Amino acid sequence: MKKYTYEKKIDTRSGFGAGLAELGRTNPNVVALCADLVGSLKMETFIKENPERFFQIGIAEANMMGIAAGLTIGGKIPFTGTFANFSTGRVYDQIRQSIAYSGKNVKICASHAGLTLGEDGATHQILEDIGLMKMLPGMTVINPCDYNQTKAATIAIAEHDGPVYLRFGRPAVPVFTPEDQKFEIGKAVQINEGSDVTIIATGHLVWEAILAGEKLAEQGISADILDMHTIKPLDDAAILKSVAKTGCVVTAEEHNYLGGLGESVARVLAENHPAPQEFIATKDTFGESGTPAQLMDKYGLNSESIVNAVIKVLKRK
Amino acid sequence: MPDTQQLKDLATQVRRDIVRMVHKVNSGHPGGSLGCTEFFVALYNEVMDLKEGFDMDGIGEDLFFLSNGHISPVFYSVLARKGYFPVEELNTFRLIDSRLQGHPTTHEGLPGVRVASGSLGQGMSVAIGAALAKKLNNDDHLIYSLHGDGELQEGQNWEAIMYAAGNKVDNLIATIDLNGQQIDGSTDQVLPMGDLRAKFEAFGWDVMEIEKGNDIEAVIAGLKEAKTRTGKGKPVCILMHTIMGHGVDFMMYTHAWHGKAPNDEQLAVALAQNPETLGDY
Repeated sequence: MKKYTYEKKIDTRSGFGAGLAELGRTNPNVVALCADLVGSLKMETFIKENPERFFQIGIAEANMMGIAAGLTIGGKIPFTGTFANFSTGRVYDQIRQSIAYSGKNVKICASHAGLTLGEDGATHQILEDIGLMKMLPGMTVINPCDYNQTKAATIAIAEHDGPVYLRFGRPAVPVFTPEDQKFEIGKAVQINEGSDVTIIATGHLVWEAILAGEKLAEQGISADILDMHTIKPLDDAAILKSVAKTGCVVTAEEHNYLGGLGESVARVLAENHPAPQEFIATKDTFGESGTPAQLMDKYGLNSESIVNAVIKVLKRK
Repeated sequence: MPDTQQLKDLATQVRRDIVRMVHKVNSGHPGGSLGCTEFFVALYNEVMDLKEGFDMDGIGEDLFFLSNGHISPVFYSVLARKGYFPVEELNTFRLIDSRLQGHPTTHEGLPGVRVASGSLGQGMSVAIGAALAKKLNNDDHLIYSLHGDGELQEGQNWEAIMYAAGNKVDNLIATIDLNGQQIDGSTDQVLPMGDLRAKFEAFGWDVMEIEKGNDIEAVIAGLKEAKTRTGKGKPVCILMHTIMGHGVDFMMYTHAWHGKAPNDEQLAVALAQNPETLGDY
């Protein structure tokens, strides 16, 4: 198992803030919008340096999505910022008609996704957003795993012509990807080469997959681990190459197993290379209040659950 | 500039287009389309400063956004007769493989359309965004938008109305088609909206009215008056009084023709009331 270490933990939303700040300096067409969550989204630096390119919309997410769509007409590249729940479910029809169907170059940037939002509870913890967004034709869906990758993804999506959903989170998590790692939309990152089982993880679960890989290695099980930061377009080739080698797969995500990464992987396998699969995800449930760590443990989104799923899926080969 | 008679002739021809389009496919929305015919004719042929051709960004020209997308027949007819696409293409309205979808969309690449509309209440936000882009680009051209009165029942409008006033989006002229009708009945029956002038003014807009929204000269005068009110720190709202179904007597003064096509006999009556002027497509 390839060794991964980290020196510090930082929230992925800070990676977004840093990426947006850099875009503010390098791309004059980038504009930012926020629905009264500037601090939570770490947008202060961009706003301080580019006040004329920032639009405080107020608590009116539907209006924000429409204004973002309109700003593209005239060549701007709008980045909207609010929590994942208010970036998707609350404004689904606005995104569907004014952005996706209209083919507008809007970057929907969503923080506090999933259970790790924590204590605010289920009203704010969306676990359906990946599904909602991946179903929209033409929408790119990205869920990076750490600070560096979120920063790189933020910068990369400005160069992509078309609507993007960028999902990140609230808690401080290990920073383990290289600072200079280029972000390629739709291209999985090979975390570890292995031969017994494929683990495909996205977002906060990538680090848990690494921890699981280490535990599995101690038991003599070799895991092929993919960081699937882009859920759509999915890197079919990387999935098929890995599963051709291992013959089974565990997917891991901070999202409902209905509509998430796991189902997308299952579709690719069903069409090309049927193989046993286990899903680390929430199982058609809402979240609840608690600390992020407590919630991830209670809902089985941790390295221990991944190890158990691997042992189970290996028996099904 | 076309003279008033030419614009009236164009309006009559547009009305023929509208009823023929919806008749052919036995679907579509003639009522609001007929009611807004003078508005579209005036806007595209007398009021807006437009470039030759079409590009999505529309830098250096005025832009128009149709929020109540169901009145696509009048939009398509006026766009075609302005030269955005061949008039013959009106024949494809609502047919398979057409660029003239039931509700307007950019998806099929139809020149003249800059955003999809149909799901109501979204157009004012988009228009505000385009107005903000104009300001960022130091482009002093204007943004026009059209909204149904019933459409104002969608809450997103009021988010947008609040934002535009609060942020001095004063390069925006939003026109409300005040025909008092919606699918299930009159707006007063379905959901009374009270005093719209007072509401817009309370939100901080500069509000004016076009009392005769089916009189081409009144519409032109009103739109030109609205232009003079831009750039003064407030978004401009025009409450435009129209008659749904105007120009076809049996479609007027009722909500019944909001989304219903005429049969063969009704079409003949409608066309007889609007004799061919510029040539049918």
